[in-house]
Amino acid sequence: MASAPAQADFKTRLQNLIPKLVLAPSLAVIFLFVYGFIIFTGYLSFTDSRILPSFNLVGFENYSKLFRLSHWTTSITNLAIFASLYIGISTLIGLSLATFLDQKIRGEGLLRPIYLYPMALSFIVTGTAWKWLLDPGIGLEHTMHLWGWTSFHFDWIKNSDYAIYTVVIAAVWQSSGFVMAMFLAGLRGIDNEILKAAQMDGAGNWQMYRRIILPQLRPAFLSAFVILSHLAVKSYDLVIALTGGGPGRATELPATFMYSYTFTRNQMGIGASSAVIMLMTIAAIMVPYLYAELREKK
Amino acid sequence: MSFLKIDNVTKRYGAVEVLHRVDIDVQQGEFLVLVGPSGCGKSTLLNMIAGLEEISSGTIAIKDKPMNGVHPSKRNIAMVFQSYALYPNMTVGKNITFGLEMHGVPKEDRDRAMDKVADMLQIKPLLDRKPGQLSGGQRQRVAMGRALVRDPDVFLFDEPLSNLDAKLRVDMRTEIKKLHQRLGTTIVYVTHDQIEAMTLSTRIAVMNGGYIQQLGTPKEIYDTPNNIFVAAFMGSPSMNLLDAVIRIKGPDAAAEITDYNGHPITLPLPLPAASLAGRDGTKVVLGIRPEAITDPDGADKSAKIVVQMQNKIDVTEPAGSDTFITTTMVGKDVIGRMRADAHVNAGDIADLSINMDKAVIFDPKSEDRIV
Amino acid sequence: MSVATQDTALRTGRVARTLIYLFLLLMALFYLLPFGIMVINSLKPLSEITGGNMMSLPQEWTLDAWRAAWSTAQIGVEPTGMRPYFWNSIKMVVPAVAISTVLGALNGYVLTKWRFRGDTILFGLMLFSCFIPFQIVLIPMARVLGLMGLAGTTSGLILVHVVYGIGFSTLYFRNYYAVFPTELVRAAMMDGAGFFRIFWRILMPSSGPITVVCIIWQFTNIWNDFLFGASFADFDSQPITVALNNLVNSSTGVKEYNVHFAGAIYAALPTLLVYIVAGRYFVRGLMSGSVKG
Ligand SMILES: Nc1ncnc2c1ncn2[C@@H]1O[C@H](COP(=O)(O)OP(=O)(O)OP(=O)(O)O)[C@@H](O)[C@H]1O
Ligand SMILES: [Mg+2]
Repeated sequence: MASAPAQADFKTRLQNLIPKLVLAPSLAVIFLFVYGFIIFTGYLSFTDSRILPSFNLVGFENYSKLFRLSHWTTSITNLAIFASLYIGISTLIGLSLATFLDQKIRGEGLLRPIYLYPMALSFIVTGTAWKWLLDPGIGLEHTMHLWGWTSFHFDWIKNSDYAIYTVVIAAVWQSSGFVMAMFLAGLRGIDNEILKAAQMDGAGNWQMYRRIILPQLRPAFLSAFVILSHLAVKSYDLVIALTGGGPGRATELPATFMYSYTFTRNQMGIGASSAVIMLMTIAAIMVPYLYAELREKK
Repeated sequence: MSFLKIDNVTKRYGAVEVLHRVDIDVQQGEFLVLVGPSGCGKSTLLNMIAGLEEISSGTIAIKDKPMNGVHPSKRNIAMVFQSYALYPNMTVGKNITFGLEMHGVPKEDRDRAMDKVADMLQIKPLLDRKPGQLSGGQRQRVAMGRALVRDPDVFLFDEPLSNLDAKLRVDMRTEIKKLHQRLGTTIVYVTHDQIEAMTLSTRIAVMNGGYIQQLGTPKEIYDTPNNIFVAAFMGSPSMNLLDAVIRIKGPDAAAEITDYNGHPITLPLPLPAASLAGRDGTKVVLGIRPEAITDPDGADKSAKIVVQMQNKIDVTEPAGSDTFITTTMVGKDVIGRMRADAHVNAGDIADLSINMDKAVIFDPKSEDRIV
Repeated sequence: MSVATQDTALRTGRVARTLIYLFLLLMALFYLLPFGIMVINSLKPLSEITGGNMMSLPQEWTLDAWRAAWSTAQIGVEPTGMRPYFWNSIKMVVPAVAISTVLGALNGYVLTKWRFRGDTILFGLMLFSCFIPFQIVLIPMARVLGLMGLAGTTSGLILVHVVYGIGFSTLYFRNYYAVFPTELVRAAMMDGAGFFRIFWRILMPSSGPITVVCIIWQFTNIWNDFLFGASFADFDSQPITVALNNLVNSSTGVKEYNVHFAGAIYAALPTLLVYIVAGRYFVRGLMSGSVKG
């Protein structure tokens, strides 16, 4: 309702004021703790802050230092590998599960929750479970050897060239069920009459799937991509629990980089600049998406 | 003194003006219907009367008291919404008395008022049910009960029948009309159904594009539409509008059209030639209602100006009580209304009687009626 | 067809169907195994784990690891077990969920039924706050909590979780109330009900499902949080996720795998229970957290 004119009676004016008063605390908190803090961290990224914030501006020095650090380039390379595999494999598995589950499967009601339950777990729990399962001395490799397959080798988690892929495995395990749920909802939302019409037109299975069903899942693809990519950039807990960033620095990601530079290596300026880069990465994905979503909703 | 006065009211959303300087005076006991195509601003006007939308400029007064800025609940009006807006979690009884409760009316008085209204609308047995357990017609009644119980100065209805099926709509229409006659309340009623507008109202305001096109009794609106928009909007099937040329011969004026073959036909007009001075030989738009084009046996015996012609019938549509025919004049489809048992078939060349008593003509530029 | 929703099914032969079932069952195994093996091994004595096969059932069933993980395991420097941290988490989660849900409901109500110029932009700003990498607020947050005297306290964590939870709870209620008929609000307004009365009497009675969705989402997220707990808490306020990480990664002594597993299960139990009891709402929350509306 529009704002009340000057001559409005008391009740009308009060009723126009209350909603804004109710919204105000949340807005104040968001503006301070989110946007205020973003500005603050942004500012720090241009200062020579080390163990404590300093307000001494040094221009882009932190950023140029940052990109010269091999630790950071490793982190973003790892992020690139992790994010693309994590998004790609989760989407593939999620889509396959949803498509197959949609074939009038008996026991669907039982299978669906099994695929989805890891989403309810903390990444720390997921990390704990997989850390052990992937440990060659006691987990999968050990078991295979006990079962007589002595040539079986699976020590990626101890191998700095492959450790990042174990993070992918655990992360996919945790979120692919969620992607399945999104695609399943998309499939169930497709208008049956369109499918019947396509059948009448003589479309075969594969054509039906490629030409009619997949295109209609576009919104689900988009949402899955947006959600997974922002989870990827934010990934922190899983790495900490699964590999602790190791072996060596083999599984460092920007999030772990930022934490260690800021809080254990006392390079707050550099830590802040890495956080700014993370924010910009996510903003590049989220801002257009949110803008489009909110526009449509008008 | 008018009871509800809408004076020079304008509504803007940002830079967009959706209502332009609307003036309407409503007398006590009147049944005013706002009618017009979708998006013309009917609901907006009604919501401004209710106080649910702010008035951008102008005044709305009830019983001479300006209502601008007065809270909706303090205007002593009641509103029946299109979706009925019954509170889903409250029983019918609670729904009806919620407003009284909000106004601090004691319980016994609320119950008494509720009983009275429930009796009047015959919804006594429904009082303990939830809205979800009611049929469309019952919901409609409860919504009216909720409005009635407040004993308001003005009732506002926003398309209250549009969610009902055709049969129920006609029944409820009659019921609303009876209620109005019995209680003598003042009603402003929005609809885009022109039959509802004709049957219910004491006066109609036809709106288009945020302007009032014409304000008048149903008969005025139907017989003497102000302009082509009103002529075409009111009536079903709608008025035939034909390009014609004015021919003036002494005191008599006529409009010339062509039949299906392109041969000229001269139709005398019910207007004196004087009112058409200077238009001889110019183009006008001639409006003839379908019921004025009939088979000769079905023609109105009391009509003063009747023209006989022969024309080819393109389509017949038997509707039970009448048979509608489509024929071609001036190269356009023209609808006529025959008696149900008139013998016409598609493709026939049939005799037609054209009753020109109520024919109207419009200026093709301004689209206003020429009087 | 009786189940209209399943017409996206393709026409498939017997071989294809068998393969589909096989794939689905294998995947089910993939999801079940890591956690399932963890549960089974938490019921073994340590010697059976280090000396035996993780895939076999315990020869000797024992709850010792569970007991140890709960009350005697070494976490950090103290042999307290998970118990105090479990309660820390509870003390943090309950108020944080309650406050953010109430605020979200009110915000959603204002943003849909009392709209004003610029409200969509404000909502967009709130929503974006859910997706920021929290690294961007860690430094100033640590300082502000310190200034407010909330560093290392449960109240501090509650504040943090409320602040960064409002966006989602507002999103849920806004999307839900957006399709709640505005005519009902207008009718109540004409009946004389004010802002809070309309909320309480008209909207709240229909808000059960979305409230459950919101509570479950917030509960799961806040319970599972690690970053804020690790950054802003000390012994008296550390949540269970941090404790679990400390338990598993403490480098001293023998690795008591069975105790680690039991600890992990304690950390997972509350959210798993919620998932089992109210899975339907959990899924709905996930969906509306991503696909709006
Ligand atoms: N909040 C708003 N902001 C901008 N324009 C609006 C708003 N509400 C209504 N309008 C515009 O005002 C015009 C009138 O709307 P209104 O709802 O009064 O139409 P109506 O005559 O009731 O139509 P209908 O028969 O479809 O109910 C429309 O063109 C509409 O698009
Ligand atoms: Mg309307």
